[in-house]
Amino acid sequence: MTDSYREGMVVRPYERITGDEVRSLDRASRSILEDIGLQCFNEEATELFSKNGCRVEKHDERSYTIKIPGSVLTKALSSTPSVVKLGARDPKNSLLLDAEIPRIYFGSGSETNIWLDTEIETFVSEKDPTVKKRLPVFVEKRGTIQRLATAARLAEELENLDFFIRPVNIQDEDITEDNHDVNKFFASLSNTTKHVQAGLTSLDQLDNVLRIAELIAGGKEALKENPVISFITCTVKSPLQMVDDATQKLIEFSKRGLPFVVSSSPQGGSTAPITETGMVAQINAEILSGVALTQMVNPGSPVIYGSVPVRARMDNLHDMYCAPEFNQYNIDCIQMARYYKIPCYSTSGVGDSKVPGIQATIEKFFTHIPIAMSGAQYIHYSFGLLDRTNTFCPVQAVLDNQHIGMIKRFLKQPKFDKNDFDESMEQIRKVSASSQKLYARFVRKGLRSGEIYSHYPFEDKDGQDRVIETALGHMNELLSRPAKTVPSETEDEIFGKVPGLLPRLKKNH
Amino acid sequence: METKELIEKIKENVIQGRINKEDEGFDEGLDGEPGTVELIEEAIKTDVDAEEMVINGLTAGMEIVGARFESGEYLIPDMLASAEAVGAAMDLLAPHLEKSGVKSRGKFLIATVKGDLHDIGKNIVSIMLKGAGYEVIDLGTDVPAEKIAETAEQQKPKFVGLSALLTTTMREMENVINTLKEKGMRDDVKILIGGAPTSREFAEKIGADVHCADAFQAVEYTNSIH
Repeated sequence: MTDSYREGMVVRPYERITGDEVRSLDRASRSILEDIGLQCFNEEATELFSKNGCRVEKHDERSYTIKIPGSVLTKALSSTPSVVKLGARDPKNSLLLDAEIPRIYFGSGSETNIWLDTEIETFVSEKDPTVKKRLPVFVEKRGTIQRLATAARLAEELENLDFFIRPVNIQDEDITEDNHDVNKFFASLSNTTKHVQAGLTSLDQLDNVLRIAELIAGGKEALKENPVISFITCTVKSPLQMVDDATQKLIEFSKRGLPFVVSSSPQGGSTAPITETGMVAQINAEILSGVALTQMVNPGSPVIYGSVPVRARMDNLHDMYCAPEFNQYNIDCIQMARYYKIPCYSTSGVGDSKVPGIQATIEKFFTHIPIAMSGAQYIHYSFGLLDRTNTFCPVQAVLDNQHIGMIKRFLKQPKFDKNDFDESMEQIRKVSASSQKLYARFVRKGLRSGEIYSHYPFEDKDGQDRVIETALGHMNELLSRPAKTVPSETEDEIFGKVPGLLPRLKKNH
Repeated sequence: METKELIEKIKENVIQGRINKEDEGFDEGLDGEPGTVELIEEAIKTDVDAEEMVINGLTAGMEIVGARFESGEYLIPDMLASAEAVGAAMDLLAPHLEKSGVKSRGKFLIATVKGDLHDIGKNIVSIMLKGAGYEVIDLGTDVPAEKIAETAEQQKPKFVGLSALLTTTMREMENVINTLKEKGMRDDVKILIGGAPTSREFAEKIGADVHCADAFQAVEYTNSIH
């Protein structure tokens, strides 16, 4: 892999809990793994745990109780890499996830079933028919492979989106379990030059998916150097149950040394304690059990600490991502990952709102800012999600791109070099000696270079709220740009060698 | 440098908002290059017609700046920097224009009224008016009505601009207008008021000629009065 990677934003991390508190959570998680244990439904994993010194007892006909001694966990953690490199079709879009450097990247995510289109209609006042207003109307559509391709094209153009996780589930009639994976990876990879990550629906398709990635990267070895794709496995079903299918995927990814996320997503108040200490101790134990397994399969294989702790909403027990507790749980997990020196996959920008607007913006900012401030290396779910993780709205993704850009700018390291001081002092000297006492002229260069923030780009000068209409216009402009597809010869080779790809995904179809 | 090239450079420097060679402008590579003031000095030395400098250099440059501001390409700092460059050029050109019989667009007396020390808005108006070719007499801040009236009596300005930021000091504007009335000068001047708490209604109530919400409205109004 080349040494170039996306700049991201290195932050000075906000820390919610002290070093002592981190260590006490570590002790609690170790105690969960050693004394309570986890229920494992996968045979191969059970054997691996047993071979590596864990206590294994039959739980029932289908599962075993695994108890991981602290020393076994410590050994596994010692071989876990602290740096994970994720490649991209354009190597300049690669990502460097270094657990010891709080460089943040934002990306998309969630496999939503609903694609929310935005249309602008004119409404007439009942009170005064001469008063007309242009307002957004949202139309729900089904996720399709073409919409996934559009989402990837949009992702390519959103400058603050650093990696692409498919935000829409493909529900075309000709998509089956056998061709789901190859089509979703190809539709993503052929429309964005950024890193592509996804879960794998069927392990049988892993080799075909890897063949696509190899042909794009330029061969088997080239893919190792530049892993243009990576995976996500949700190995543990909370509380503390290692499921068969996802665990098998973890084992296969680790055997091949593929980078992937070991993720857990317990719900505070239903599948995990609602208390901060209880939630974090449990999710940390769940993630660590998966991380330990990766190292038992293949010491040194790259893995990302996937913490997605959420709160249960008490009127319907749905996931609630915009609760204050969500931030508390997640910031603690980011600190835990840093303690173990494993890059952290975290979450921001999910809310309960079903449409773009005030509620959506507040809910998203409420998690975007603290999670970014805490220095998670890999923040997903951040673009376009609505109604928790059920809906993807491309116009919302355009708005999120703007808002994340503002947050990145706010988190930029302070500029305290001598040149900066000298320049500032010179300005103060000049302006103090002038009759007008105005610094405005010194703003111009920074405004032009983009170093200085200008103003919210979607505002309306007449004082009307036309944010969504303006963002829609911007989205259409972005999507009118030519798609950055894979070269035709590579595309032909992929279609020739990989079964199941839909011909309509070919650019000259 | 040829006259045509010199005038073109003056225009370019107005567009870049560069007063003098120390100004960096915003395009690369301008540091140390002669700015508007140095170019005007060179033009004066080589007997370039002052009126031509104003029309084809300064005004032509400002027209482009105005169009860019309208289109959103330029923002207030650009407008101000260009207007400042033109203002500095006009200071140098004033005696030469007078010699050639070119009349100024008129004197504009401006002040922040008594009790008020806020002057950012007033200063922006001053810069913009100077850049538009007016002779600006700026009395500064916390200026008593008497001083404004006395200066108006001596300088005979075409316009008087009054500024206030506070609701407590805006009432002083009426006092200035009454003092001008008492001295019999009210009808000799157009009175413009501005500042955050002021409004069109307030201007009407105290007998000012116009309320300006920003510097552009002030320039637009003065340009409309012949």
